[in-house]
Amino acid sequence: MDKVIEILKILEDNARLTPKEIAEMTGYDEKEVEEIIKAKEEDGTILKYKTLIDWEKAGEEIVYAIIDVRVTLSREKGYDDIAKRIAKYPEVHAVRLISGDYDFQVVVKGKSLKDVAFFVAEKISTIPEVRDTFTHFVLRSYKEEGVLLFKDEEDRRLAFAP
Amino acid sequence: MKRTGGSRLPRRISERVDSIKPSGIRKFFDLVMGRPDVISLGVGEPDFPVPWRIRDEMIYSLEKGITSYTSNHGLPELREAIAEYYRKFNVRNIDPNDVIITTGVSEGIDIALRALLNPGDAVLIPEPAYVSYKPLTILAGGDAIAIPTTPEFKPTYELLARYAKECDPKAIVINYPNNPTGVSYSRKDLEEIADLAIEFDMVVISDEIYAELTYSGKHISIASLNGMEDRTVILNGFSKAFAMTGLRVGYVIAPSDIAEAMLKIHQYCMLCAPITAQIGALEALRGCEEELDNIRAEYMRRRNFFVKRLSKIFEIRKPDGAFYAFPKIEGYGLNSEEFAERLLLEKGVAVVPGNAFGDCGEGYIRCAYAVTMEKLKEAVDRIEEFVKKL
Repeated sequence: MDKVIEILKILEDNARLTPKEIAEMTGYDEKEVEEIIKAKEEDGTILKYKTLIDWEKAGEEIVYAIIDVRVTLSREKGYDDIAKRIAKYPEVHAVRLISGDYDFQVVVKGKSLKDVAFFVAEKISTIPEVRDTFTHFVLRSYKEEGVLLFKDEEDRRLAFAP
Repeated sequence: MKRTGGSRLPRRISERVDSIKPSGIRKFFDLVMGRPDVISLGVGEPDFPVPWRIRDEMIYSLEKGITSYTSNHGLPELREAIAEYYRKFNVRNIDPNDVIITTGVSEGIDIALRALLNPGDAVLIPEPAYVSYKPLTILAGGDAIAIPTTPEFKPTYELLARYAKECDPKAIVINYPNNPTGVSYSRKDLEEIADLAIEFDMVVISDEIYAELTYSGKHISIASLNGMEDRTVILNGFSKAFAMTGLRVGYVIAPSDIAEAMLKIHQYCMLCAPITAQIGALEALRGCEEELDNIRAEYMRRRNFFVKRLSKIFEIRKPDGAFYAFPKIEGYGLNSEEFAERLLLEKGVAVVPGNAFGDCGEGYIRCAYAVTMEKLKEAVDRIEEFVKKL
């Protein structure tokens, strides 16, 4: 595997590993690992180090909604312009251009159903290019960012086996 | 009917069985009991669950009610898939009829030895070796000849020939990547074994269960070497690469006459391998390449990390494959068992004493790195603390 890709993959799974530990895992030079990470932070390949939190477990009420958005394009306003306008709201968790009946999939994060519904009505539906929106509230999440939010397999192995 | 109670036989148990020692690991089980803080590096078993697509396929087959016996040989699609799969390790033109699906590699070892041995036939077993080769040789009526391979852990021609000249062996059992040492054999290493096998007219029983978990170099089956196809019994299975340990499914690929003899034993003692496991095995070969790549990469990282840290404490040979490290613990004034026992009691880290894998394993311990990085880090820290106090 390409050195850079390998380091990125390791970090994607566990951002808390130190360059020293990554060097030990891969057999690369520690200094080199450090330099690669720095370079990738600087060129924007590594966007951010985050923590994946199960907010439901933390007892925090957070409402997510997936909004399907259909837009009308014009000579002046293409997909990128509209998407950027939507993406800049802090309430917006993700914006994706999608294939199918709708143009964008927008994930909105709020404190309550009302909160999210008003945000969509006031900020998204009112954008001139937006033709219609279709809101789905998330009731429960089972997997986020490739991580299961429920216990899969317990380690049932015996302490010793030949 | 007269009932006097109790058997009047002075010894009920067969002398042969009586002559076998129970596994040395047994007593360590009791020491672990009731200690939740123990990090076990004592398990010869992957920590990954069986890939979901395999589990799903097995569940689906159960829903459809597929629970019958299969043919003694095993499912034809699975045998064909295995014949095709082994091209990966350079063995071509395998006739699916020479493939038998077994109840794990353990059964494969047993029926291979029983198919080959006459009373008193010698079997060469380079040690340290997996724990069952020796007892199964004895149970099959053979004479197990242990050959110490320390400190390089490679059975060279010169070494093997010295023993072969004395005992006129019928077979040799090799296992690479090796449990417990993690050492694998290069083409040159295998050629030396092949030369010996041809010279002394031996069958090679080649346990390749860890083939997929090879990190340095590429696994080559000894059966792919010139003249070896007709004298190699390949044993492999799904326990290690696909974590299907408890499902008990493996296979043998053998020259026709040996396969036929093994099948005879298999049909009477096992009938067939569990059908659900066979269905899972088929899915493993069909659709799990990507998962396997990820698993292999993860083990390799753990190996690199673990061995690097251990090498600051012990003399250790970098393992080429499997998920074992086999450091030398000499110089700390403890033998293998004392070391393992005190490490467990004082620091809560479980390892297996090296002498469980043959007398020459004395002075070593086997550490399995089939645990998460976090646990591995913690374990190695504890080992470090432990030896500092010795």
